[in-house]
Amino acid sequence: MNKVENNRAWFLVLPVLLLVAFSAVIPLMTVVNYSIQDILDPHTRFFVGDEWFREMLRDSQLQSALGRQLIFSFSVLAIQIPLGIAIALCMPTRGIWVAISLVLVALPLLVPWNVVGTIWQLFARGDIGLLGVTLNSIGIEYNYTRGSTAAWFTVLAMDVWHWTSLVVLLCYSGLRAIPDAYYQAARIDGASRIAVFRYIQLPRLAGVLTIAVLLRFMDSFMIYAEPFVLTGGGPGSSTTFLSQHLATMAIAQFDVSRAAAFSLIYFLIILAISWVFYTIITRATKD
Amino acid sequence: MERTKKIGLIVYILFLMIPIYWLINLSLQPNRDIMGSFSLYPQNLTFDNYRRIFTEAGWARGYLNSLIYVLMNTVISITVALPAAYAFSRYKFIGDKHLFFWLLTNRMAPPAVFLLPFFQLYQTVGIFDMHIAVALAHCLFSIPLAVWILEGFMSGVPKEIDETAYIDGYSFPRFFVFIFIPLIRSGIGVAVFFCFMFSWVELLLARTLTSVDARPISVVMTRSISATGVDWGMLAAAGVLTLIPGALVIYFVRNNLARGFALGRV
Amino acid sequence: MDWMVWTLPSALFFTTIALILVGMTVWEVVQPSTFRRGLLPLKTTRGDRLFIALLSSAWFHLGWLGLTDQPVWYMTIFCVIWLAAVLRWG
Repeated sequence: MNKVENNRAWFLVLPVLLLVAFSAVIPLMTVVNYSIQDILDPHTRFFVGDEWFREMLRDSQLQSALGRQLIFSFSVLAIQIPLGIAIALCMPTRGIWVAISLVLVALPLLVPWNVVGTIWQLFARGDIGLLGVTLNSIGIEYNYTRGSTAAWFTVLAMDVWHWTSLVVLLCYSGLRAIPDAYYQAARIDGASRIAVFRYIQLPRLAGVLTIAVLLRFMDSFMIYAEPFVLTGGGPGSSTTFLSQHLATMAIAQFDVSRAAAFSLIYFLIILAISWVFYTIITRATKD
Repeated sequence: MERTKKIGLIVYILFLMIPIYWLINLSLQPNRDIMGSFSLYPQNLTFDNYRRIFTEAGWARGYLNSLIYVLMNTVISITVALPAAYAFSRYKFIGDKHLFFWLLTNRMAPPAVFLLPFFQLYQTVGIFDMHIAVALAHCLFSIPLAVWILEGFMSGVPKEIDETAYIDGYSFPRFFVFIFIPLIRSGIGVAVFFCFMFSWVELLLARTLTSVDARPISVVMTRSISATGVDWGMLAAAGVLTLIPGALVIYFVRNNLARGFALGRV
Repeated sequence: MDWMVWTLPSALFFTTIALILVGMTVWEVVQPSTFRRGLLPLKTTRGDRLFIALLSSAWFHLGWLGLTDQPVWYMTIFCVIWLAAVLRWG
């Protein structure tokens, strides 16, 4: 669509801008202020400059938490995006089954995050959980509270269970937007299913995939409540991801300044990666 | 081909449903059975776990609190997102793309540290422990999403409709409310679904910004659990209860979702 | 405002950012910018280049703090030059 150049459109955006700026900008400024001071109590504070940043950047615990986080987030994307596209292709397109499958597929998205942890805790435990008991009875050693590999894969399975449906819903809507004429043309040309997918469906999905990849990346990078309930970050620190490390620092140890410096670094990481995704995908679709 | 598709979908849905089935199964058993005998279905069916939850104070209130702030959040988000989405879909203006990306970045702030400034900010303005505080905080996530979804639907409406309406002498507000909004009804349905979803499932902000008067259901749940130690049956029952509102919402908007998705502009 | 624990450096920092944004907006009104391809591997407008320069400056600072023990303002001076260069030739 040809858009008209009109700067008065700013007035239409203004309410959103004010509302979001109120809750976004003021806390951000405060966190920046925290990060360059040593705050002993509200009235005793010292300016320390870049000290916390230096310390945080060299902290080996943090670096390993970041490594685990990156591996986890990219595993999440590598599983959920293809799986989500595949399931979206499987969804019915007409009849009563559309509404029924939509309802069933969307259900995990509406489970409160801590309850997701509870569900998987009850499902995966070796003594009372269906998954745990089944795996153990067929001879696979499985105990997510002891084995770090088991814990990691349980958290990953939980995230796939919880969030793949978001990708499914977004892709499903993208697929429905493709006019039938495209498919008819492909049929006349005798295009194979793979060709149809590659040259008709995938390009039309680019828009929704941008948002799916971004949302999944951002949310998995900040995953907190689910592993907190499920594994508490353990065993050892095998499932302690960035958010949890941060929360321990900020809430349990009440070390606000270090945590603030860390969370700004964290924010910059997410910002940079998201910007790269956003730019690559939006430019790729424009050309 | 059609067979493979069906099987794929059924396997996926089974994968989604089995953990939920297990939760319901455990919630209907006494603790003695949960720990003692492993069984695929409740052998001594009991509703005791639910009865105990409902006799404890705070549950109904918690439900109500959660629903109030979720609804406030949805109403606010949609109201401000509608004009903004219209602007993004119809006009070019200075900084439009950057503004859009900035809106998205608000999802990227790691909550653990931002909780403290949030808490202090809302206390300073005097809305701490009020429903509106949680609603406003959740706007950070829901407004960008609502703007983006609505923008997609609006771009699908031909611009000739706007122009014809202006020629017919409609003012902008009248055109927007009486002609334009009805045209993107399904889009609004989809946006409502997503706003509801992200507000209902969030816990950290909701817990930090409330203490007594606006305490949400998931907090009530965790508290009554920790008070009684690890009580698997009750934990499961509490989990089942938090699933219900979400399930109801999807059920009610299912046709809107299906229609919105059929228009395909999400 | 007391709870925001302001300090002079952070206040200056945010004021500068705000001024840059205002300045860029005014510049854009006076003389709208167009997409162009410079040294950066993508087509950018002036606003895109500003964003790229600011984000990369933040990362340069982090790298500097993480890898060296030198005072941070060396990097700040470099980043001012970097910002101008990206805006001009990026």
